[in-house]
Amino acid sequence: MRNRFLIATTTACAVAGLVLAMTGVAAQTPAYRAPRTPDGKPNLNGIWQTMNTANWNIEAHSAAPSPVRDLGATGAVPGGAGIVEGGEIPYLPAARKKQQENYANRLKLDPEVNCYLPGVPRSMYLPYPFQIIQSAKHIMMVHEYAGAVRTIYMSEQTEAPADSWMGWSNGRWEGETLVVDTKGFNDLSWFDRAGNFHSEALHVVERFTPRSAETLTYEATIEDPKVFSKPWKISMPLYKHVERNAQLMEFRCVEFVEDLLYGHLRKQPSK
Amino acid sequence: MSRVVLRTAAAVAAVFLSVTITTAQAPGYRAPRTPDGQPDLQGFWTNATYTPLERPDGVTKAVYTSEEAEAAIKQAALRERAQTEPGTTADVHYDFSQFALDRSQSTFVRSLRTSLIVDPPDGKIPPVTAEGKRRLAERAEAAKRLGGRWDSAESNQLDDRCLIMAGPGPPMMDAAYNSNYHIVQAPGQVMILTEMIHDVRIIPLDGRPQPDPKIRQWMGVSRGRWEGDTLVVETTNFNGKNPFRGSTENLKVTERLRRVSDDTIEYTFTIEDPSMWTRPWSAESAMKKTVGPIFEHACHEGNFGLYNTLVGARLEEQRAAEERKKK
Repeated sequence: MRNRFLIATTTACAVAGLVLAMTGVAAQTPAYRAPRTPDGKPNLNGIWQTMNTANWNIEAHSAAPSPVRDLGATGAVPGGAGIVEGGEIPYLPAARKKQQENYANRLKLDPEVNCYLPGVPRSMYLPYPFQIIQSAKHIMMVHEYAGAVRTIYMSEQTEAPADSWMGWSNGRWEGETLVVDTKGFNDLSWFDRAGNFHSEALHVVERFTPRSAETLTYEATIEDPKVFSKPWKISMPLYKHVERNAQLMEFRCVEFVEDLLYGHLRKQPSK
Repeated sequence: MSRVVLRTAAAVAAVFLSVTITTAQAPGYRAPRTPDGQPDLQGFWTNATYTPLERPDGVTKAVYTSEEAEAAIKQAALRERAQTEPGTTADVHYDFSQFALDRSQSTFVRSLRTSLIVDPPDGKIPPVTAEGKRRLAERAEAAKRLGGRWDSAESNQLDDRCLIMAGPGPPMMDAAYNSNYHIVQAPGQVMILTEMIHDVRIIPLDGRPQPDPKIRQWMGVSRGRWEGDTLVVETTNFNGKNPFRGSTENLKVTERLRRVSDDTIEYTFTIEDPSMWTRPWSAESAMKKTVGPIFEHACHEGNFGLYNTLVGARLEEQRAAEERKKK
């Protein structure tokens, strides 16, 4: 009995060590085995959301005032430890400069301000929930923000037919982990409100690994030789909404930005 | 006596036709099952059709012969193509002889029916209530206050503003093009992605109650359940800003989806809105299996049309003002 416990503990520690080495997310539940879907895959169905400040800035940042004075503290930026492994995004020198320009002009340029589709990986850590609808052939990621949606093709995989905001995602299972390979992006989405950006050469490989009944480990490797000197990684937990009445609400923000985008083109009363 | 018999025979015939004409269930067909045992509706579907919602004026029968139906389809396709003249500016965007815009070149729902509406039996939307008339008048007033179509973004049509299109409903109606849907099922959930503006409906099947009436959405809030092989979806909590043929925020839509063959889902819906109509009304259409995948329809992000037409309208006003000054 005691022996078995020891072996189990040692194995668990070894597995935990391995998982830690692979993910870099601390306090990983060792070798958690997720409940299965009826077709035997780890069940990722549910409504998920992050609990961090990555959407303000994926790099470490201090709290900061609102970019819009009248919003007071409601529009202020909460500080955050960052989600980028190694702390800093490995920008090419010119690209870092562009990020800083983006930041300076963020009220005009941030796609989120304009209610544009969020792209990947930003869709995953927006301060809005998203829902996974999982079938054998297709895994849907449906986001509350702007009704953004991503189809992950688990079979009948093809190349992106054209560039798009949300990219073209092909997925596969590696044991407990859903691996999603996404290409075919346009160069218009950002990573956050701090102006971190990419080009159309962006290639994102995401890993979704259940870590407990109500949490997932989300990791993404980001590659874009036009903007970064080397591939880099982000990781964070995703938390499941367990309220019984949890559901995605409509956030049809096009309506909310019309005056911002087109208000200057409104007909003026004739003089 | 004989009149009653005749009427009954007609009713029976109508019921028989209603089952067979649009969707022709394959005899002995049983829908495949998902791994968790739901009837399987998954895949890519289209509800494109030439059958109008309401019976056209001058048509008195509920059902065409196959020859008449073919002629009606041909006529409708020709009418659509004639909307734009080849070589004109309008034609650059909407050439309805093109593949994907000309629905007769792809899969579409063929029906012998003269209208999608099956109830009332005259194939027409029922009369409007006194409250409905008042509301329609108020709406027309509000639209007038917004000014001409090109005066502002808000005074334009919902589809040109990329707010919502005909596809997602509910009820899910065919649009001029891109009438495509992707259905994915997970235990306890049915998801329907509409190609137009990537609108997604997520329908929970767990018997949860409707949310607080304070919650109002463009697509309402849907709750679903299986009745045998039929997916029944009830939707309320609409915001009333996208009226379906005049409906209000008090609209209740009940949809029924039943797979009747490998390539067909029978789709019927009932509209109840006592604020607008004197009685409920019902329609029957179908979804035909089509080829995926569905590509991203980033409508708002690429909405140069709205921007440019507003710019154009302001320029024209400026020019007109300059002309006036000259005189």
